[in-house]
Amino acid sequence: MWKFIVKRLIQGIVIIFLGSLIIYAVIRCLPTSFVEDMARQRAAQASSVGGKSYQEWLNQLNQVYGLDRGILPGFFAWLRKAVRGDFGDSWKYNVTVTEKFHEVIGCTLYLNIVTFLLELLICIPLGITAARKQYSRTDYAITVFALLGISLPTFFLATLLKYVFSVRLGWVDMYGLVGRNFYKMDAFHQLLDMGAHMLMPVVTLTIAGLGGLTRFTRTNMLEVLNADYIRTARAKGLPESRVISRHAFRNTLIPLVTYMSYLIPSMFSGSMITEQLFQIPGIGYTSYQAIVSGDIPFTMFYSTFLLILTQLSLLLADIMYAVVDPRVRIH
Amino acid sequence: MTIEKQGGELALDDARRVKVLSPGMLVAKRFLRNRLAITGMIILIFMFTFAFLGGLFTPYKQTDVFYTTEIVFQNYATGQYNMELRYTLAEGADFSQKARAAMALAVKDGSERFTAEGKSYQYSQIGENAYEIRGYRRMASVLTRMADKAGAAAFQIQDQDFVMTESLLEAFRAARKAGENRFELEGVFYSIQDEGKMLVLCQETPIGLASMLISDSVREADAELVSSYEFRLPLEKAASSGASQFAFGGISYSLKKKEGSFELLLPDGSSFAELSNIILSPNSQETVLSYEFKAAARAAIVEKQSSFTLPSGEREETEGGTEYRISRVNANYYIRSEQETRLMDSYGTPSRAHILGLDGNGMDILTRLMYGGRVSLMVGFVVILIELLIGVLIGGTAGYFGGFVDNLLMRFIDLFNSIPFWPLVLIFGAVMDSLRVPPYRRIFFLMMLLGVLGWTGIARIVRGQILSLREQDFMIAAECTGLSIHRRIFRHLVPNVMPLLIVEATMGLGDIILTEATLSFLGLGVKYPMSSWGSILNSVNDIYVMMHYWYAWIPAGTLILFTVLGFNFVGDGLRDAFDPKMKR
Repeated sequence: MWKFIVKRLIQGIVIIFLGSLIIYAVIRCLPTSFVEDMARQRAAQASSVGGKSYQEWLNQLNQVYGLDRGILPGFFAWLRKAVRGDFGDSWKYNVTVTEKFHEVIGCTLYLNIVTFLLELLICIPLGITAARKQYSRTDYAITVFALLGISLPTFFLATLLKYVFSVRLGWVDMYGLVGRNFYKMDAFHQLLDMGAHMLMPVVTLTIAGLGGLTRFTRTNMLEVLNADYIRTARAKGLPESRVISRHAFRNTLIPLVTYMSYLIPSMFSGSMITEQLFQIPGIGYTSYQAIVSGDIPFTMFYSTFLLILTQLSLLLADIMYAVVDPRVRIH
Repeated sequence: MTIEKQGGELALDDARRVKVLSPGMLVAKRFLRNRLAITGMIILIFMFTFAFLGGLFTPYKQTDVFYTTEIVFQNYATGQYNMELRYTLAEGADFSQKARAAMALAVKDGSERFTAEGKSYQYSQIGENAYEIRGYRRMASVLTRMADKAGAAAFQIQDQDFVMTESLLEAFRAARKAGENRFELEGVFYSIQDEGKMLVLCQETPIGLASMLISDSVREADAELVSSYEFRLPLEKAASSGASQFAFGGISYSLKKKEGSFELLLPDGSSFAELSNIILSPNSQETVLSYEFKAAARAAIVEKQSSFTLPSGEREETEGGTEYRISRVNANYYIRSEQETRLMDSYGTPSRAHILGLDGNGMDILTRLMYGGRVSLMVGFVVILIELLIGVLIGGTAGYFGGFVDNLLMRFIDLFNSIPFWPLVLIFGAVMDSLRVPPYRRIFFLMMLLGVLGWTGIARIVRGQILSLREQDFMIAAECTGLSIHRRIFRHLVPNVMPLLIVEATMGLGDIILTEATLSFLGLGVKYPMSSWGSILNSVNDIYVMMHYWYAWIPAGTLILFTVLGFNFVGDGLRDAFDPKMKR
């Protein structure tokens, strides 16, 4: 077991290394207009006290960010600092990358945890019902519903929601996390206000995620329901509800739990488009803005973060598989 | 398959009595029985017809821009009652800004003399708001008590160029005797100013005319004459004295008084010029206001009308001439006229010619949707082909050879699988933006990128399937019969992987169309003038468009939704149909 974990960890580190190298290589193709802007600003500020010229600033900044070197040496310069936890200053936000990350990650976490719980509450009962009544009208309806969820473009759904609930009905604000009068409210109303603003993003994310989980539950439930021990349970005269809840559902939990650990990275990256659409200041929105404006330190941090998260979730899935299913022994 | 009768009754256990379906037919039958799959199929057929054949029937091209002419009331001219003096200067005269200010002060105070910058001036009122201005140069002074007796020597010369001649002295004395303080000698006017102990002899120079009236001539050629000092001065005098005739340069004009203005008529009765207290200025520098317009506008302003029409020579097609509307804001009268402007018909509403209206660039949305559909579907197909190619090759190799090769390739797949998709795609989009990749080539790169990032799923499936098939008895049998590797792979392995691949590809197509649409929606995918369904939806990022022009975004979104749904329905149906465990 431990040997397996160590082996997977080493593989993971190699993948993280190569993955961040690829991202770094691509992002270095962006013109470094940000550095040029910064150099121009600083040169303009310092010119009154006889400071450095634009070119001097440019050279210095390029050196600081390792941009004066080729892609490989530049990457290693970044890596040397990154392994010590120093990811540098974000160009776009003018604070250290980690500071910005701490500032915005909470928002995304809340958003995704609420979404995830909602999905579980909706999808598992739906999936089980669909499997129990296979090929019935209910099953068809649930399948259509799930496929609709998969097929709806997030941005179209978000726009429709905005159009109906913000423009037509005027119930909630179109953008942002807090309303206009947020700072005048007491704590309770502030919470309500944030909740109201989270409503549409949560609904968007939930609907977009419904399909996958529902179908996954249905497929696994169907497999379990065809198993011999279910026939045995029924044959010995157990009530159907008990067969389902005790014998069938518990066994579908094995693939479900592993599936959920695969979902962990998507909790931090999956809401990127949705956050951007609703301008929710979470990690997705923040990094979208950083990426589009060519903020190398922040993008590198975010990509590495996702790479690490993916590797951890894969490892976790394997371990969970062994934990929940006593038949599985990892060698 | 029908039961053939081949001579006589068939025995009960005759194999020919049993309906036998080939595996392919079995799949097809299962598929056709699935109502969802058929719905999906119909949706897809519709979408393909719409995108690939629709372009042939639409009368427009995707880059046709439609224009509209709008008639809008635009400001044409501004009118204002003149409240300040306007100066008409004599030729060669100089009347500085300071002098003008001093004059205005003097008029207010009622004093007829004023000085500015060391020069003395005097004005005399010739009309209600009209003044003649003269300048004075002090030439010489003489003590009052000596004035009538003393000779030329008694005069103290104040101007260097001045010479006190005998004739001037005589004229001076004659004027004194007559009690006048102004006399003329050789065409030059002099005045005697009494300054208590001293008398000052000044030479008069005509400076100009200050008036609140503005002159306009009918003919362009007369403009200079009408605005000249020589013409204006007698005209103003005649006007304020109430005379009905006025002669200048041998022509006798008749004066017609209107409210606040005078019209100057030639002897034959036609208009020559107008004097008015309303200033009219055109709104744009290119416009030249015609005399007819000015006269009509002034009359309308004076009569407090809100509109007037002018039989216009330029636009004879407009019946009843051009209509002008006057609106008053404080002291300004804004005169607006209908002006035709040719505009790009941005977000033109749906009509019979354009069923879904026009988009922000004035292009037909329905046509853009058809051409955009081609791009969206093409991107889907090309990307899935790339994915299949890489996926089958790598997955197949890993599965077939196993062991070390499998291990290595699986790590490779892991690597590609863990590269964060959205960050990389967004960076790639931004890089293409900054390199200004042309729109057509951009689609090509986009397809490559999506294909290269997306093949891992297919590779995993192929590998898994082949790994399990490899161990099965029929493969051992195939090996035992001495079939070549090539034959074993392509006749025995691949057909067994195909069903899964087809299902995976169909579902994947929907996914890719979604991804491309999302990218284009964010402005990082397909770009103008090319279109895809996502890029058509991109206009909704402008909230105003979202709120007011439903036809600019709802159709595109619906098309994406239904196409992806169609692919998913068909994929789902295929999965069920291929699955031999299915009981149906």
